[in-house]
Amino acid sequence: MTLSPRRAVLGLLFGLAASAHASPAPDPDLARNLAATCTGCHGTDGHARPDATMPVLAGVPAPELMQKLREFRSGTWPATIMPQIAKGYSEAQLELIAAYFAARK
Amino acid sequence: MLKRRDFLKTAGLAGGSLLLPGLSGRALAATPRAHVVVVGGGYGGATAAKYLRMWSGGAVDVTLVERDPQFISCPISNLVLGGVKTLADITLGYEGLRDTWGVKVVKDEVTAIDPAARTLRLAAGGTLSWDRLVLSPGVDFQFDQVPGLDSEAARGRILHAWKAGAQTVALRAQLEAMPDGGVYALTIPLAPYRCPPGPYERACVVADYFRRAKPKSKVLVLDANAEIISKKALFTQAFARYKGILEYRPNSALREVDAASRTALLDFENVQADVLNVVPPQRAGAIATQAGLKLINGRWVDIDWQTFESVNTPGVHVLGDAIFPAPTMPKSGHMANQHAKVAAAAILRLLAGEAPNPAPVVMNTCYSFVDASHVIHVSSVHQYDAAQRTVLPVAGAGGVSAAASEQEGRYALAWAHNIWADMLA
Repeated sequence: MTLSPRRAVLGLLFGLAASAHASPAPDPDLARNLAATCTGCHGTDGHARPDATMPVLAGVPAPELMQKLREFRSGTWPATIMPQIAKGYSEAQLELIAAYFAARK
Repeated sequence: MLKRRDFLKTAGLAGGSLLLPGLSGRALAATPRAHVVVVGGGYGGATAAKYLRMWSGGAVDVTLVERDPQFISCPISNLVLGGVKTLADITLGYEGLRDTWGVKVVKDEVTAIDPAARTLRLAAGGTLSWDRLVLSPGVDFQFDQVPGLDSEAARGRILHAWKAGAQTVALRAQLEAMPDGGVYALTIPLAPYRCPPGPYERACVVADYFRRAKPKSKVLVLDANAEIISKKALFTQAFARYKGILEYRPNSALREVDAASRTALLDFENVQADVLNVVPPQRAGAIATQAGLKLINGRWVDIDWQTFESVNTPGVHVLGDAIFPAPTMPKSGHMANQHAKVAAAAILRLLAGEAPNPAPVVMNTCYSFVDASHVIHVSSVHQYDAAQRTVLPVAGAGGVSAAASEQEGRYALAWAHNIWADMLA
């Protein structure tokens, strides 16, 4: 892998200042990248085909998405597949995903 | 190469009239535009091409090299064998990538890659150079592992239909031509192979076709594995519903084929069939070997899970079925689509001189038809583990259907149309 200058500097700083537990810089595109794991089924940027089989996520308010995702995780909203998938993400990751889709037009 | 048009788009200019004659877009651009070449237009490569253009806002030039004129989906192709769908239903064009996303689509085949020079050669004679290369070559079949399938004639008679297209249509024709009372035998190689549940789905869908059209016929599943390797309980239930039609035999590795008599030679018996369908063992597409990429077990490309870059060949990113999978990760079209997004994000960061996402996440959904309308699924979510430098399945997440249902049948078809659009539209 190519070591970018910034990465090399970061590595140096962490190497000097911290231990093996130094965490790398967070990804500035994290919300977009996490949301992209949903879009194979739910359509690019949450624009699922308008046949109502897969819910359109684009433009849905984040609190609404989060409530649904929490219900999937807790099992209070029974479904075939989403309870299994929602459990694979942390609360913080789901918040990022919900905010990303809410902001799509 | 789209230089001029893309420059105009990036610069926000309405047309070419503002450019001085004699100056190309590239000459006016502050920095040279990066060029990514993607080889292979399947679930991995097509997705990578689109997302590189979409996420760069058109700032990165992308060329997709694909040998076939159209995309034909392996997922859903078993329904063509069952007579429920046609090849046209699973065939899509590359116009969306070209017209909507500005991907340069080149119908050609890559014959040689020079990673040091960052160039590749095309069968038609041209050369392409890249800043970063994405290889999504899929699998090649190891026909040398199946004595008796070493000739073109034998392979024209004993089909795999494990790459959707002409073979799918030809196998459907063999099944239709088979007299009622005949035997269709399907051999499954040892895992890992492309699409773990695919052979079991195929057995069910063909058995369903026989039940409707040729009720005296038999499906015989000869599995080299010790047991059903995907959705075992659900496929066991499905097989039970085809009692008298479908027979499943584990530990039945194929040793040789006699193409003339359509006979599968196993360790302790020979099985003669009316239609013999051999799914051969597989490995990464040959171009990976040609490029000198490090393989694991001589078959699958060893990659870095943050970037999908080959561990021994900087600048070359590999996606999909060709890679050595992370623990419990299936070789699926859905997973290749996920690989492509992680790789596209990483490539854009690396081109900008920045570090890639340190904690990528991928997830998988595989739907399988157990008849023309009832479907079962398996799902999983895989998060990057910094200590092990791979992605690991999240404990407690993922799983399989409670039972086959028509509801999931609708989801399966919606999945197909949505993921095809996510790749190509």
